[in-house]
Amino acid sequence: MSVLVYVENAEGKFKKSTFEAVSYAKEVADKLNTNLVAISIGNVADATLADLGKYGANKVLFVSNEKLKTFVNQAYASIIASAAKTEDAKVVVLSASFSGKGLAPRIAVKLEAGLVDGAVELPEMTDGKFNVKKNAFSGKAFAHVELTSDRKIISLVPNSYKVVEKPVTAEITAFESTAAESDFQVMVREIVRASDKVSLPDAELVVSAGRGLKGPENWGMIEELANLLGAATACSKPVSDAGWRPHEEHVGQTGIAVSPNLYIAIGISGAIQHLAGVSSSKVIVVINKDAEAPFFKVADYGIVGDAFEVVPKLIEAIRKFKEAA
Amino acid sequence: MKVLVCISNVPDTTTKITFTDNNTQFNTAGVQYIINPYDEIALARAIELCEGGNGTVTVVNVGEATTEPTIRKALAIGADDAIRINAAPRDAYFVAKQIAKIAQEGSYDMILTGRESIDYNGSQVAAMVGEFLNIPSISIVKKITVDGETVVIEREIEGGKEVISTPMPFISSCAEGVAEPKIPNMRGIMSARTKPLSVVEPIEIAKLAQVTAYETPAARGNVKMIDAADPAKLVEALHSEAKVI
Ligand SMILES: Cc1cc2nc3c(=O)[nH]c(=O)nc-3n(C[C@H](O)[C@H](O)[C@H](O)COP(=O)(O)OP(=O)(O)OC[C@H]3O[C@@H](n4cnc5c(N)ncnc54)[C@H](O)[C@@H]3O)c2cc1C
Repeated sequence: MSVLVYVENAEGKFKKSTFEAVSYAKEVADKLNTNLVAISIGNVADATLADLGKYGANKVLFVSNEKLKTFVNQAYASIIASAAKTEDAKVVVLSASFSGKGLAPRIAVKLEAGLVDGAVELPEMTDGKFNVKKNAFSGKAFAHVELTSDRKIISLVPNSYKVVEKPVTAEITAFESTAAESDFQVMVREIVRASDKVSLPDAELVVSAGRGLKGPENWGMIEELANLLGAATACSKPVSDAGWRPHEEHVGQTGIAVSPNLYIAIGISGAIQHLAGVSSSKVIVVINKDAEAPFFKVADYGIVGDAFEVVPKLIEAIRKFKEAA
Repeated sequence: MKVLVCISNVPDTTTKITFTDNNTQFNTAGVQYIINPYDEIALARAIELCEGGNGTVTVVNVGEATTEPTIRKALAIGADDAIRINAAPRDAYFVAKQIAKIAQEGSYDMILTGRESIDYNGSQVAAMVGEFLNIPSISIVKKITVDGETVVIEREIEGGKEVISTPMPFISSCAEGVAEPKIPNMRGIMSARTKPLSVVEPIEIAKLAQVTAYETPAARGNVKMIDAADPAKLVEALHSEAKVI
């Protein structure tokens, strides 16, 4: 028996969300008194693979060839499912990243395994039951899902589990690709990544702004604040609908659900659809000129004031704080 | 071109979510249902691609008879016909299996879903159908263009996008950017009543997952107000009290 974790890489590097998945899977493996096996697909250096031992991976399988350099979910799912069988994995864990969301369901079908997509806590394993808490109703609630299949698959929401160091020496082993020719029907033509930006779903800090900002020309101070904090930028739906900001920044029930440590909402009223996407944020700060704005009801800290006056002062205060630190 | 669009029937986005029976059932009292907003985007794109005699759009829903108003709405928006699989949508695996069967029988060239349903947020159906049918699945896409036999798709990735080409048939789950949702016009609403809606019975499959209980997020403590003239106090609180910066 074992627990298997898929370790997603971006351009040969593992992100924090991957280490979170490894830490989570390690905890599950410990509870089940078994080993943690990681599987990596694509070109990752040996030293980077060995690093996974730091978070408790006893064994690291890797598959690397030219065709698997880019993400092809059919092929990746074949490989992960066959690794789950060879390693007799009872639980398979992966990050609920954009790619992870396209991958987990295919693995579930291959293994006839129950899947919890978007887990936010460790599974509860008592009396032979296996229950996992996940987001539901787009952040308005949580559901406890019982998996009754022999094998179980869990995808973990980024930022919902901490990275824990549990050093072991990882055994690094090549794994034979089991992907068939028919798994390679799609072709990746181009990958565009803004390297200087913090990605919103992974961000620990988020600075978000709404219609209160009046127009796209006023986002300079929002970006400045975000850069200063190392935060990702986000927005409300009307802002992306109006084309002031790109769609991928739209947070809420019909956009991205985020769970950062800090969410700063500036000039956003706090409509129920927006709040759904931010309810798992650990700390919420609201800046709004209307003291009656509904957002204040779910905030931890609030400032009633005009964003055009408050934000520049806040930037100044953070700059001083950073200089002093 | 034959396009199949999977639609789910979900609580209106303004719904306050509550539960009954000791938090084991979603409280449907007074809830208005709508087409899942992401599915509306998928439907809009399907209609655009089939315009001018380029193809037909079929919508499929796994649901009991109560979902028919939602299906009629999809027909009013512009789908040509509809199929309802007569079952409560138990879990994603079950739903995907039913849709895969319909898709197989109808030999569709393109199958579209929304990126996720706003009730159970599974985001599983598209990729599961893809696997059942052994065809490509591309999840969370922002753009779909058809160029002869190939389809070019942009999918979202952390901090950017990936441009992919795929042959038909394939399945994609749609997010914002793919199309603007369409509002039904009078002619659409009138014709929706007479467009074909067939009802088929589900196939039975083993249960792999079930929801045992729900929970609403814990209420936050009281908000601490900070003077607008002194944001330095906020910085101080975020650092030493909340410990997030
Ligand atoms: C089907 C559906 C789905 C939806 N999904 C989403 C979703 O996913 N995400 C989402 O965000 N919305 C969503 N909405 C829209 C939602 O209902 C609200 O309309 C939207 O969130 C409001 O955006 P806003 O807060 O930026 O704008 P507004 O509601 O216009 O609020 C602007 C706020 O800025 C404040 N303000 C104005 N000037 C200043 C100033 N100078 N300084 C400080 N504050 C100022 C105002 O007091 C006000 O509170 C959805 C709606 C529908 C119908």
